[in-house]
Amino acid sequence: MQRIGDAPRIRRLLIGLALVLAALFLLLPLVAIFAQAFAEGVAMFWANLSDEYTLAAIGLTLFVTLLTIPVNLVFGVFLAWLVTRFSFPGRRLLQTLIDIPFAVSPVVAGLVYLLLYGRNGWVGGWLDSHDIQIMFAWPGIVLVTIFVTCPFVARELIPLMQAQGAREEEAAVTLGASGWTVFRRVTLPNIKWALLYGVILTNARAVGEFGAVSVVSGSIRGETNTLPLHVELLYQDYNTVGAFTAAALLALIALLTLAAKALLEWRATRRETAA
Amino acid sequence: MNTLALLGRSAPKRVLPGFGLSLGITLLFVSLVLLLPLTSLVGQLAGVSLAEYWAIISEPRVVASYLVTIGAAAAASMVNALFGLLMAWVLVRYEFPGKRLLDALMDLPFALPTAVAGITLATLYSSSGWMGRLLAPLGIEVAYTWVGIALAMAFTSIPFVVRTVQPVLEDLPHEIDEAALTLGASDATAFRRVILPNLWPALVTGTGLAFVRSLGEFGAVIFIAGNMPYETEITSLMIFVKLQEYDYVGASAIASVVLAVSLALLLALNLWQGRFIRRLHGGKG
Repeated sequence: MQRIGDAPRIRRLLIGLALVLAALFLLLPLVAIFAQAFAEGVAMFWANLSDEYTLAAIGLTLFVTLLTIPVNLVFGVFLAWLVTRFSFPGRRLLQTLIDIPFAVSPVVAGLVYLLLYGRNGWVGGWLDSHDIQIMFAWPGIVLVTIFVTCPFVARELIPLMQAQGAREEEAAVTLGASGWTVFRRVTLPNIKWALLYGVILTNARAVGEFGAVSVVSGSIRGETNTLPLHVELLYQDYNTVGAFTAAALLALIALLTLAAKALLEWRATRRETAA
Repeated sequence: MNTLALLGRSAPKRVLPGFGLSLGITLLFVSLVLLLPLTSLVGQLAGVSLAEYWAIISEPRVVASYLVTIGAAAAASMVNALFGLLMAWVLVRYEFPGKRLLDALMDLPFALPTAVAGITLATLYSSSGWMGRLLAPLGIEVAYTWVGIALAMAFTSIPFVVRTVQPVLEDLPHEIDEAALTLGASDATAFRRVILPNLWPALVTGTGLAFVRSLGEFGAVIFIAGNMPYETEITSLMIFVKLQEYDYVGASAIASVVLAVSLALLLALNLWQGRFIRRLHGGKG
């Protein structure tokens, strides 16, 4: 069968062009990160990595991510259940609303949280009089991270749950299963891989968020400095190798995210062809 | 209309449980996390007169930053439209060694933290970097110029066009190709007259999303931009600078402009897409 662009000459040209451009704009930066990180040898890499402030930044980033994931997981599941299993006025509006964090500039996201919870803010003033500090401390970082990552789980679940429909769940309810049982025994097995991918995406973005966090963090070394902020600090101190060491760690998480995605997709297509 | 559909529509009782609970949790979350913080912007600007507001957002240095941001974002998303179309085409239509790797690599800009992308691009394209050294003899300067800003924006928004065009291209039936070619069209004509009209909506949506993302990009851009007032300052940076000067009103005023533009664009894209889907499916959507 004839297809457009199947002539060997066009084929070779387009594939070649795509590979060259991808190598230049995607692969080269990736290689550069690791090349810079190991520019002064493996020993220096480890020395940079075990620096007191780098370790503190890694710890804070892990802590923030561990708090963010469960919140967005629960929210994402409830939202997806709501918009795919029920029909009610405002359903489409709700789906548009959760896209807000994708459209809002991270700096603007950080700013609106700063205005709300900062000392002069609506909520912040009250909190300040009760000696609770949110801005320039870890709770602020957690809040903005939740904001920027909240669409991921829901966005993965909604198309899948919409495509699957509610028939299996309705059957289970008709047979007398309770809501929790239906979710655990019918819904969860159907959505577990999408849920996992949503969590992986949330994790990748939570670990790497920069703009929003830099507005609310205050960047106090060893205290409110997350790993991406630490990358910036080291880079501005002209400690290029140190900055790229921290960057390599973040790049590694990115690579693991890509690998996980490829694996989940491979699983899905294998099951499709088997069925 | 069959009885089942009739029953489903007229039955007021919902079969599945959890409507109240999920509605409650969702509304609570949406109000507290998404909407309440946005209202603080309104609160901050409530005391500002229209003249003051206008003076802040039309300050020459800020206006220069709008032009730099919009210009670079437009260039970046145009480049990405072409790049994304090529990548989607190659990934869907051809088999070749390394295809899976190329496919996985497309998502790198979303997975890689923006600050990491920023320092890497700045280092690569600086005058002593791998790319910078090659481009310098040709008289092309990327780092600390407008081109660098566009490059960083283009990098972070690569996946948008690829991932919106790819599924549409996959779903195009083979017969389209055959029909066009047997009727005597050349490859180029067949692509332009037959394939492109089908991809158009996805291409516009992807490019639009890339543009919105580029307007707000911060982490990847500030390292390579050089941040020279009037020349290579982006609007997100202006907000950041105002904040560091504790000028909360100034920061809020500029942020409100950015926010209004990006929300309007998002809404326009959603509406446009919705209208197109309805037209495609004859009323349903």
